[in-house]
Amino acid sequence: MHGIKYIIKRLAWSIVVLLGLSVLIFVIARVIPGDPASMALGPTASEEAKELFRKENNLDEPLPVQYIYWLGDAVKGDFGKSTHTKRPVSQDIKELLPATVELIILAAALEIIIGIGLGILSASKPGGMLDNSVRVTSYLGIATPSFVWGILFMLVFSYWTGLLPTVGRLTRGITPPRTITGLFVFDGLLTGNFEAAWDTFKHIIMPGTALALTGIAQTARMTRSSMVDNMDKDFVASEIASGIPKRKVISLYVLRPSSIPVVSIIALDIAAMLGNAFMVEQVFSYPGVSKYCLAAILNKDLNAIVGVVMVIGIAFLLVNIFVDIMSAFLDPRIRLKENSA
Amino acid sequence: MNTDVSVSKIKINSASAWWNSVKRNWYMFSRNKISVVGLVGVILVVLIAILPQYIAPFPEHAAAFTNFGDANLPPNSEYLLGTDSTGRDVLSRIIFSFRGALTMGVGVILIAAPIGVIMGLFAGYFSGRFISSVIMRIVDIFLSLPSLVLALAVSAILSPTLFNSMMAITVSWWAWYARLVYGTASSVRNEYYVKSAELLGASRAHIIFREILPNCWSVILTKMTLDMGVVILMGASLSFVGLGAQPPQPDLGTMVSEGYKLLPNSWWLTIFPAAAIMLIVLSFNLFGDGIGDMLKTKEE
Repeated sequence: MHGIKYIIKRLAWSIVVLLGLSVLIFVIARVIPGDPASMALGPTASEEAKELFRKENNLDEPLPVQYIYWLGDAVKGDFGKSTHTKRPVSQDIKELLPATVELIILAAALEIIIGIGLGILSASKPGGMLDNSVRVTSYLGIATPSFVWGILFMLVFSYWTGLLPTVGRLTRGITPPRTITGLFVFDGLLTGNFEAAWDTFKHIIMPGTALALTGIAQTARMTRSSMVDNMDKDFVASEIASGIPKRKVISLYVLRPSSIPVVSIIALDIAAMLGNAFMVEQVFSYPGVSKYCLAAILNKDLNAIVGVVMVIGIAFLLVNIFVDIMSAFLDPRIRLKENSA
Repeated sequence: MNTDVSVSKIKINSASAWWNSVKRNWYMFSRNKISVVGLVGVILVVLIAILPQYIAPFPEHAAAFTNFGDANLPPNSEYLLGTDSTGRDVLSRIIFSFRGALTMGVGVILIAAPIGVIMGLFAGYFSGRFISSVIMRIVDIFLSLPSLVLALAVSAILSPTLFNSMMAITVSWWAWYARLVYGTASSVRNEYYVKSAELLGASRAHIIFREILPNCWSVILTKMTLDMGVVILMGASLSFVGLGAQPPQPDLGTMVSEGYKLLPNSWWLTIFPAAAIMLIVLSFNLFGDGIGDMLKTKEE
């Protein structure tokens, strides 16, 4: 009951933040120097054509009025036309977003499974061989940009050993699976197109790992330190003293309170992945929404930039809401505080 | 006469007290050998950034320079890290790019931190009032996008230069300081010593900067040192996609992005600049961790 109220409150607040974000991005996109009409139509366009373009796109109205028009369309999912692909931005995003989502899902899964796993193993024997080597590697993992990991993987696994394909999402000649979710690996498995599923997996494993490495390092460190802190607590000493095996104490009583800071660091890492995907998709020429947005940035294609940035903002807010709900679920103190407030 | 002596005595005492506190801090910092390694790395990076012309073997290669006779050479005894497609020494170009990377880190932090800290202090001081929630809602909006995405969007409207990419990162960075300082400031706001200063008629400026701010220094300093590595990494990412310093100005991200197109053949054009980014960021991260631990132990 209280939980539902909390979620509704959180969602309502997110809509306010999204409106603020849209104002911010809209203003950024409109203060750009240069005349949008001549940028869209080219330098040879006639004055009448430009005039018509301005009328059609409400560019002759004052900025607040332009914003209202833009917002009215954006709510309906219409972000205008891209000037460099000459197609509606929403259609471009709809086609390219699943590719990026697939990459982020893989990276997040790797981060959660490997990061938490390494953290637990390190914490169960602090100062041991594994703990020390995880610490040293995690420093390297955090200090290296994901595009550098991507390039290194490409050099080792594609150029030198030829194990994995270098660029793209699917080898030319393989039929893409019928669209159900838009994620090729899932769709391939669901529709029995195993060839496409396996081929896509081979394409996304390198960019996905490159995206995940920083997160894996941070998650492992956070899990370790949080667990070591909790294992020093009195309740753990009393449980071990009363004869409960250490393994059972860890899995039943230490893991849950330790997971709260880990959940929030994972959210921050997924946010960082949304940004780093720009570089990684560029390295692997991966046909996702980040590579599209990067092309839009370099071509000063305003509608496309605003559209993609809004979609990323929405994705980021959803991740944050999910994390807040998860933390409330994991930590009874947060839940009680929210209920009494 | 007498007063003169006592004044100089006090000066000596405060000087030795200062020296003692330096020694105490150094003891706490150097207990962790990894932090000392970070400090040595930071000193080296700063030296290279200040004096590249004395360290680089071929200082003239930092600009637009051509020597096609020595183009595309792999690492050898003359060019330790090889040469690029116009015959420039990779090692010299890497050494000259340290200054840009460091300027990026220091510049962003020195602009973003004061803005964020002042916003956070005001929001904390007026905590519970309308103005405070307005500031913090604006902060929320700036934090509703991943920093790198916001920086990319801002640099889209600016022409690509080192200074503009610094500005773009700053826009996405100040809000973190505001949120951090707000947390400490709003909790300190209700402490008795703040209340009593208020009752004694202290001015608003006195309360904000003399009573509340000193409590925030350790979190601010920790964040500033830890941010150096992160900001340098973001700067390298922006220039990797062509939104940073423009050629012929040497820049690590730009060097990686030009080099990786020539893989797997001229691997030295990519691997060495990438390793330089790793070394700079790693040094600052280790050093920042050490400073953070030191300030934490001091508080405890």
